[in-house]
Amino acid sequence: MTGPDGMAILFWLFAIVTCGGALVVVLSRHIVRAAVGLILSLFGVAMLFLLAGAEFVGAMQLMIYVGGTVVLLAFGVMLTARRPLLPLSTTRDQWLAAVLLACPLTVILVQAALSYAPTDSVSAQVDAHSGVSTPVGMLPVTPARLGMALLGFSQDNHRPDGGEVSHGDSGYLLPFELISVHLLVVLIGAAYLARREVPSGMTPRDNQGQLQ
Amino acid sequence: MFSPITPAHYLFVGIVLFVTGMICLLTKRNIIAILIGVELILNAANINFIAFSSPVLFPKRVPPLVLDGQIFVLFVMILAAAEAAVALAIALHFYSRFGTVDVDQGDELKG
Repeated sequence: MTGPDGMAILFWLFAIVTCGGALVVVLSRHIVRAAVGLILSLFGVAMLFLLAGAEFVGAMQLMIYVGGTVVLLAFGVMLTARRPLLPLSTTRDQWLAAVLLACPLTVILVQAALSYAPTDSVSAQVDAHSGVSTPVGMLPVTPARLGMALLGFSQDNHRPDGGEVSHGDSGYLLPFELISVHLLVVLIGAAYLARREVPSGMTPRDNQGQLQ
Repeated sequence: MFSPITPAHYLFVGIVLFVTGMICLLTKRNIIAILIGVELILNAANINFIAFSSPVLFPKRVPPLVLDGQIFVLFVMILAAAEAAVALAIALHFYSRFGTVDVDQGDELKG
């Protein structure tokens, strides 16, 4: 981890990348450019995760989202586009409704974010040599701990001495198994759904304008 | 304001992602573009989870969610990948049936 100033510079850099990508997604009229903006935005989010000290999650963000989901979306764009750089037309009413909804939502969310002030209630111990303060009872989150939590061994953070394991510390074994089966079922279903033939008698509708 | 970085900074990035994702959902008519908006919204939630579980952003105390926040983010990522796969299959089917990806064309259930 760099010093506070380096962290601030990197944070603002990647925050601008993230928000700029999101704005490209909204404002671009072509779906391919929106996908590129999404890649930028997700990359910035991954870097923000790394900056916040969540290295494993940041790496997973790069691999699953930027490497997997966006490629899937790009295939979707390619398989459903009739011609390159398909324009996305939007009526003025839709923009009006969106802005009317987005403005109050933004105000509410900004107020909530501004009113959040963390209390420094938990005492921190300051290392005499380096001056780095680490909260009492704080274990570093390592990929090994994440994996152990997914396998059912979750150590509570406030008991680093590894006291008696109670019911609350039993980790995430059940959600992990559920989501594994869920992913399997979903992928089989997606493969089935994508390959299913259009029933006879339902001819594709004749559309002159693609997205008017 | 610019330094040091607090959880509120991360919350603001999350706000930008959420609002842009919502506008994307409301204004686009292409199925794929709507999916992209959903991905933005999910990432906004992920940023908030990471911000509240980061020991870097809470230097003086234990963060509200330490391990749990990161595990939630992993679950959200897996669900987003599953959702993208299913939605893409639906989009392909929609395209083969209607010859377009404009969601306004899928009005056969209209009474």
